[in-house]
Amino acid sequence: MTNLIIILLSAVFINNYVLSKFLGICPFLGVSKKLGSAVGMSLAVIFVMLIATAVTWPIQKFLLDPKDLGYLQTIVFILVIAALVQLVEIVLKRYVPSLHKSLGVYLPLITTNCAVLGVTILNISENYTFIESMVNSLGSGLGFMLAMVMFSGVRSTIEGSDIPECFRGLPITLIAAAITSLSFMGFGGVIENLFS
Amino acid sequence: MKTLNNFTKGIIRENPVLVLVLGTCPTLATSTSVINALGMGVAATVVLLFSNILISALRKVIPDKVRIPCYIVLIAGLVTAVQMLVKAYAPALNDSLGIYLPLIVVNCIILGRAEMFASKNKVLASAFDGLGMGIGFTLALFLMASVREIFGNGTFCGMEIPFLTDNKISILTMAPGGFMVFGLLIACVNKFGKSKPKKSDFGCEGCPQADICGKASGKDAKEAGKDD
Repeated sequence: MTNLIIILLSAVFINNYVLSKFLGICPFLGVSKKLGSAVGMSLAVIFVMLIATAVTWPIQKFLLDPKDLGYLQTIVFILVIAALVQLVEIVLKRYVPSLHKSLGVYLPLITTNCAVLGVTILNISENYTFIESMVNSLGSGLGFMLAMVMFSGVRSTIEGSDIPECFRGLPITLIAAAITSLSFMGFGGVIENLFS
Repeated sequence: MKTLNNFTKGIIRENPVLVLVLGTCPTLATSTSVINALGMGVAATVVLLFSNILISALRKVIPDKVRIPCYIVLIAGLVTAVQMLVKAYAPALNDSLGIYLPLIVVNCIILGRAEMFASKNKVLASAFDGLGMGIGFTLALFLMASVREIFGNGTFCGMEIPFLTDNKISILTMAPGGFMVFGLLIACVNKFGKSKPKKSDFGCEGCPQADICGKASGKDAKEAGKDD
């Protein structure tokens, strides 16, 4: 149990996917302008990450590994994720239209989001068990959400300020991301010592 | 002349990283050392060159509706081939690039060029476009990694630089430094480049998902309007 808590907390705070592993930077910079879209996008990412892990982990362990096809990992995973996103969209549209209305726009964006492919591959390369993989995916998704929500707040403050012309737009956003990421470095070493 | 233009535009004028702002994830993650950056750049260039050639050759065969999944499968196949080659001939590089090597599949430069250029142009032109964009990507990575390694670690390609090794700014090799150096480089390009800084916050023009992304933000803007 302690093990799972450590995995969860370190995925959210220390190995934050956006701010320390640089995965999923495109949506982080592109969709974080407004709080609403930041939350919607992150919820969709958490959702897809969990489903993708639940599907790709058994595929790797029970299909690719016994048949010695580990080198097909990249192709199989990206195809599974792409198909899964399509499927989820169709199912949501048919059975949970309210959820589809709020998350639908973000789903196609997620197919080529490196955070989703990244988490599924990392779960395998870290040799996590199924439960650990699911917890890690949940933590990664929550970490993504935390970064998105925090950063949308930071960005709304930048909007109104007077910035030198060459820094306007992306450069100042990146500098702000650097400072946000700096604040996350403070968590380093906290989690390991929490339970020892 | 036109072929030459296809080749050179990717290097400076339409540099995929610093001007089009595509492929930010690998740029930030692998620019901690010059060797890593060059390895990543070369791997991505190889994938980009061959994916452009293949997609351009198949552009009349692939049905329009399922083109994106087709491109992804082609690119994933090429990435797997590159991954196996790197594992066999440069195992050290494979270890240091780690997860970012298979993640070339979702690098938006590759899908972006496939969608914007290779699907509309002849094979030779696409090959030059892919090569130029790949070299531009590698150069941008090299530039950023040089800044980060020289000032952050006091070394260049592993060689120690006197004085700087004793006065490291180690934050530059860590995550925040990546964002900061990237932001400063783009600001320099805006300041000294011929083109005026873009009006939009995020350079989405070259991204294959730009319209979906725009829809996502646009929808939100509408909703926010309703709430008021």
